Amino acid sequence: MGTRVLGIVALVAVLAASVNALFLVPADVNQGDAQRIMYVHVPSAWLGYLSFGVTALAGIGYLWKRDLRLDAVAVAGAEIGVMFTAFAIWGGMMWGRPVWGVFWQWEDPRLTTTALLLALYLGYLLFRRLTDDPHRRAARAAVVGIVAAVDIPIVHFSVEWWRGLHQGPTIGSPDKVLHPSAPGLFVLALVSMVVAFTLAWAWLMIRRYQLARIDWQIEEHGRLGRISAARRAVRAAATTPADGAAEGA
Amino acid sequence: MSALRADASAALAIARKDAIAELRGRQIAGSTLFFATLVLLLFGFALGPDSRRLAEAAPGLLWLAIVFGSLLIVARLHQLEAEDGALEELARYPIERHAIYLGKLLAGLAAVLVLGGVLLPVVAILYGIDLAAAWPALLATLVLGAIGLAAVGTFYAGVTVRMQAREVMLPLLMLPVVAPLLLATVKATSAALTANALGDLGAWLQLLIVFDVVMAVAGAATYGHLLEE
Repeated sequence: MGTRVLGIVALVAVLAASVNALFLVPADVNQGDAQRIMYVHVPSAWLGYLSFGVTALAGIGYLWKRDLRLDAVAVAGAEIGVMFTAFAIWGGMMWGRPVWGVFWQWEDPRLTTTALLLALYLGYLLFRRLTDDPHRRAARAAVVGIVAAVDIPIVHFSVEWWRGLHQGPTIGSPDKVLHPSAPGLFVLALVSMVVAFTLAWAWLMIRRYQLARIDWQIEEHGRLGRISAARRAVRAAATTPADGAAEGA
Repeated sequence: MSALRADASAALAIARKDAIAELRGRQIAGSTLFFATLVLLLFGFALGPDSRRLAEAAPGLLWLAIVFGSLLIVARLHQLEAEDGALEELARYPIERHAIYLGKLLAGLAAVLVLGGVLLPVVAILYGIDLAAAWPALLATLVLGAIGLAAVGTFYAGVTVRMQAREVMLPLLMLPVVAPLLLATVKATSAALTANALGDLGAWLQLLIVFDVVMAVAGAATYGHLLEE
């Protein structure tokens, strides 16, 4: 019930913040309507990072407590994080084409880092899909998620350096949009988008977690069913010749 | 102190076992060296006969070939272990799990170093670059890069060794993680070859050291969870 209320609140908040960002806030003087992409781009990127952080923490928690519920949290974080990260990259590319003139800017460390991040967690999800036993999958996925999280800062610094060690911050990085001199209306629109998206994220996380628990119950049910079927078969095989022998005697 | 010594001797024993197996069978050396050399040859065809372009791209091509070759090395080293349940036996020995990781890491490191040592002159010949002047910097880059590849590769080979789809999963998991290592080694190699940016070389080698230490510690700390059934 609480989750349903949260879902409705999140939906209303996303709709209201979107209407505000799309129609009520004036367009940027330099970038025009393309700047409005930032209102979904920044919350998506933030929620991507948050989700992967949740996955790493849940992985550490699983290795410590061996509780499959924590593994369900980890898979929810990875899947929803991949979705938001892909959305952030897509939005960034749509923004980059009119503003930078290209979809893909190798000079931008955030873009290249985020692309690697997406690859890391797509690998994580594929790995999960190809491992059957729930506890083995949970433990292996936990260590893979931890090592991926450890790699993220190194990736970030290396790509940051890669553009040129002695170079200052490049122009046109997405953060410049949030310059302190940005009008209060723009900041308010972005903050309300972040809040709305985070509410939607919380609802998605809860639902995905519940789905993972149901998946696990189905798996377990199937396993128990196979075991009892095998047990029945063994019992049948054990009793039939015995009966035959008794009749024979 | 004695615990450390026990770990070290266990790790060395495992690495020596792998080295002896390799010296007797030469399963890894033959396939990996041939494959990596072939990759370098094909890069030459892909980038055309312009020798200046090849010389410019040489550091990147060299390290891509080493990364691809190291995928084969770490996969094969773990494959040997998984056959006939040898890994389960190894996990039952009264030694620390991280000592097993370090042993496999050392064996992988030796193999990647041999691979790099063979590929460096091959690159020099095929792409026409002069290695002689820059060899201390190149050697340092090779050693630090090989440690990182062995540390990450041993971990992911352990993750994937029991999977049906390990040939696909190992590169998918490992390649994004070694991206910073590729950046750093390529930049350090070209800094060493152009010899006009000594400050850059030092910074990239430092990044490699950080990568090696972080990945080896993360691998050693978590490898034990991979051996559990």
